[in-house]
Amino acid sequence: MINYYDAVIFEKSVKDRCGYSLPKDFAPKYSLETMDSQYKRETPPLLPEVSEIDVVRHFSNISQKNFGVETGFYPLGSCTMKYNPKINDEIAAMKAFNNIHPLQPASTVQGILKIHDELQKILSEISGLKEFSLNPFAGAHGELAGLMIMKKYHEDRGDFLRRKVIVPDSAHGTNPASTAVCGMDVIEIKSNAIGRVDLAALKAVLSDEIAGMMLTNPNTLGMFEKDICEISKLVHDHGGLMYYDGANLNAILGKVRPGDMGFDIMHINLHKTFSTPHGGGGPGSGPVGVSEELVHLLPNPRVKKIEDYYYVQSDAKAIGRISSHFGNFLIWLRAYCYVLTLGREQLGKVGELATLNSNYIREALKEDYMSPLTGYSMHECVFDGLVDQTTGVRTLDVAKRLLDYGMHAPTIYFPLLFHQSIMIEPTETESKQTLDKFIAIMKKIAQEAKTNPEMLKSAPHDTYVRRIDEVFAAKKMILTYADYLKYLNE
Amino acid sequence: MFKYFPHTDSDIEAMKKSLNINSIDELFEDVPKGVFFSRQYQVPEMMSETEIRTYFENLAKENKELVCFAGLGTYDHYSPAVIPFLTSRQEFLTAYTPYQPEVAQGTLQYIFEFQSMIQALTGMDISNASMYDGATATAEACFMAEAITRRKKILISKTVNPYTTDVIRTYAHYKGLEIEFVPEKDGTSDWESLHELVNSDVACLVVQKPNFYGVIESFETAASIIHSAGALLIENADISTLGILKTPRDDGADIACGDCQSLGIPMAFGGPSLGYMATLKVYVRRMPGRICGLSFDVDGKRAFVLTLQAREQHIRREKANSNICSNQSLMALYVTIYLSLMGPLGLARVNELSYEGAHYLAEKLVKTGKFKLAFDKPFLKEFVLETMINVSLIQEALLKNGFLGGLPLREFGEEYENLIAFAVTEKRTKAEIDRLVKVLEGLS
Repeated sequence: MINYYDAVIFEKSVKDRCGYSLPKDFAPKYSLETMDSQYKRETPPLLPEVSEIDVVRHFSNISQKNFGVETGFYPLGSCTMKYNPKINDEIAAMKAFNNIHPLQPASTVQGILKIHDELQKILSEISGLKEFSLNPFAGAHGELAGLMIMKKYHEDRGDFLRRKVIVPDSAHGTNPASTAVCGMDVIEIKSNAIGRVDLAALKAVLSDEIAGMMLTNPNTLGMFEKDICEISKLVHDHGGLMYYDGANLNAILGKVRPGDMGFDIMHINLHKTFSTPHGGGGPGSGPVGVSEELVHLLPNPRVKKIEDYYYVQSDAKAIGRISSHFGNFLIWLRAYCYVLTLGREQLGKVGELATLNSNYIREALKEDYMSPLTGYSMHECVFDGLVDQTTGVRTLDVAKRLLDYGMHAPTIYFPLLFHQSIMIEPTETESKQTLDKFIAIMKKIAQEAKTNPEMLKSAPHDTYVRRIDEVFAAKKMILTYADYLKYLNE
Repeated sequence: MFKYFPHTDSDIEAMKKSLNINSIDELFEDVPKGVFFSRQYQVPEMMSETEIRTYFENLAKENKELVCFAGLGTYDHYSPAVIPFLTSRQEFLTAYTPYQPEVAQGTLQYIFEFQSMIQALTGMDISNASMYDGATATAEACFMAEAITRRKKILISKTVNPYTTDVIRTYAHYKGLEIEFVPEKDGTSDWESLHELVNSDVACLVVQKPNFYGVIESFETAASIIHSAGALLIENADISTLGILKTPRDDGADIACGDCQSLGIPMAFGGPSLGYMATLKVYVRRMPGRICGLSFDVDGKRAFVLTLQAREQHIRREKANSNICSNQSLMALYVTIYLSLMGPLGLARVNELSYEGAHYLAEKLVKTGKFKLAFDKPFLKEFVLETMINVSLIQEALLKNGFLGGLPLREFGEEYENLIAFAVTEKRTKAEIDRLVKVLEGLS
């Protein structure tokens, strides 16, 4: 039996009910009857027929089965789940930013073009690079654009041999995937025991076939690559370019700039470091930035400022177009609002508070959770499961139990260097009191693992649904309501 | 003190003490001294919330809201009041990817509903959880066709939107795929020449409905030629129009894709929107992006979960055929709410009103004697006129009177000189259309 409020919207459908109000006809002589039926669909689509209150109640109810940043602590490592300020949403909802067609002449969108120009300048200053394009829709899209720039840079010099990109084995999965999609080969190099680049392994793969190297710094174990200057020099000396994966930029805000570390290309995840809401998995925004000699390769279209006027331009020397227009405008608008709210006075404090929070957690939990790393963590800390391995309680069980306590689980089983990874990223917007509460719960769970391991293995117990049969989902492939109706008739 | 940082001085002192450090900078000991950033960023000074509001109100004034008769991929359709209220609920807005399904059933359920609606509109078997936008979805569909057929050539009809074509071109170039174009004839694809272009290297043919000029093309011939060569048909369709038009499935498409902006999403200078992708079940493991499936929890309660994730970049890494690792989830929620409100009848009505308005405008403009239809072909909400009047003059006059569009097509190439494209949605009133006609009537 499905509770009424749990029903999918199709199950609430009643024939001849409607949730819209549309204007009357003024030119009925052109009714759809006049369209040749060979172009028309034979049967109407299976869409729900519901009234407005049905819709409002349905989505309000299902929203309550979700956990958001405003519900509680959301220490999801690598995702930077910081607070998403309301003023950003208020600005992004302004009519004058929403009722604008992307093909309006530049003279009618000077405000938007100015925002683009100002924000890209700010990102350049923060990154120590020359210029940014805000066109990429997401971090992975920025990576792809960045790698296209890398590839074209070499090709434009007549060097077609450079097709290999060095990616550490600790990298985010998007790094090798973006490389492959960009038509280049991945050379994976092993990290040392704490996830840092092994210089000997790096030297061993350098050659005149190297297009460049992708690096996350701090790396996915939350550790800063202290040899970064040497790494950059080695890659540059062999003719390669350095790509900075900005996924972990939050750690270093105010402390060090990718451009100063020798990076030539990077992307920034505005939905992480610049506080735009994650939206359940998007829309994000992944601006790509480059050093001076690569500026001409940035994707089209671009904004150019000449005197006090902003132009929309395309450059034949660019990598081409990776989006129809200027990417996710309402997202980068929010990021701009965030930067202006923090300003030069506060922006530089983000990295140090995020890092302080993470180290505070790591220090407090190291008795109960395995912490094989030495030295300080940056904005996130990674544990390798419980210290007490005799209980049979795994990282997954710890994560699920946290849900019972009203906190979101950290990222688990990533990075792959540890077998029981628990990756915790508190962000700078969480108070010491929240961290203390989280620490207390994590310690309590470590105790429960000893006293009542079975209860942990079947956690969560208090959530809206409990552990879900993923094998059934993959095997049955009920991916639409039509599939579900078929399944019911089986 | 700052509103987004809850740390008090005494909190910071206590935390430093627990870490046994005197200064937070000690935590950054691994940063090489030579590159440690020791000044303030040269960015604007912080603004109070009131200053922020004033600043953006002023910037907003530097943009003009125009009465929109422009289309070419972005349409000024009506967006119900309900949508922003529901989509701004923090549980939807601030959540991340549903990696912990026990506390993400809201997101997962609407994704399942979204997939169901895309399936219903396209007539295909399955849909993913959405892509970035229509152009990138189409490029990714080409990669998918490459993976399925193991062939390297992409055919694109000349009647596909040039922006979409440009994005495919960029993606294909770097992946090492070849592109050839099917020429157009009188506003539609010239299928006669398709025979000569098709060979055993061809992975797919990309077509668009309604096409770049707004013309509704037939794809039966194309489908039969392309399928007999063992290639796939990729149809980029304006999803809103599928409320009444023949489905991509009926057209013989193997992959349907496109943009969903026309389903209740504000134009917002082009983003965020979202792309959709739907295909046949046999290709499910080649489809990029996330997919949500229905299952049950340990208590037998119906539940939703991300499924078939072994296809994705975080598992396949360098073997992945797509690097997409998110969807435009919140925008998929916009679409799901929109289609729930509209239902089959509302969506048909949106199309009917747009059709009526577009034909009314076209007839009125042709009657002025200054314009003629560029192509004598069926259209729905968008059409192209040919004129001898200088298009710059037209655009100037329209802007002066608060109108955007028709849009001159000449920026897309010399062959489009003297062509101007209009789009009419259900939002346009008779008064607006009559006023537009009056402005253009006065030109010579």
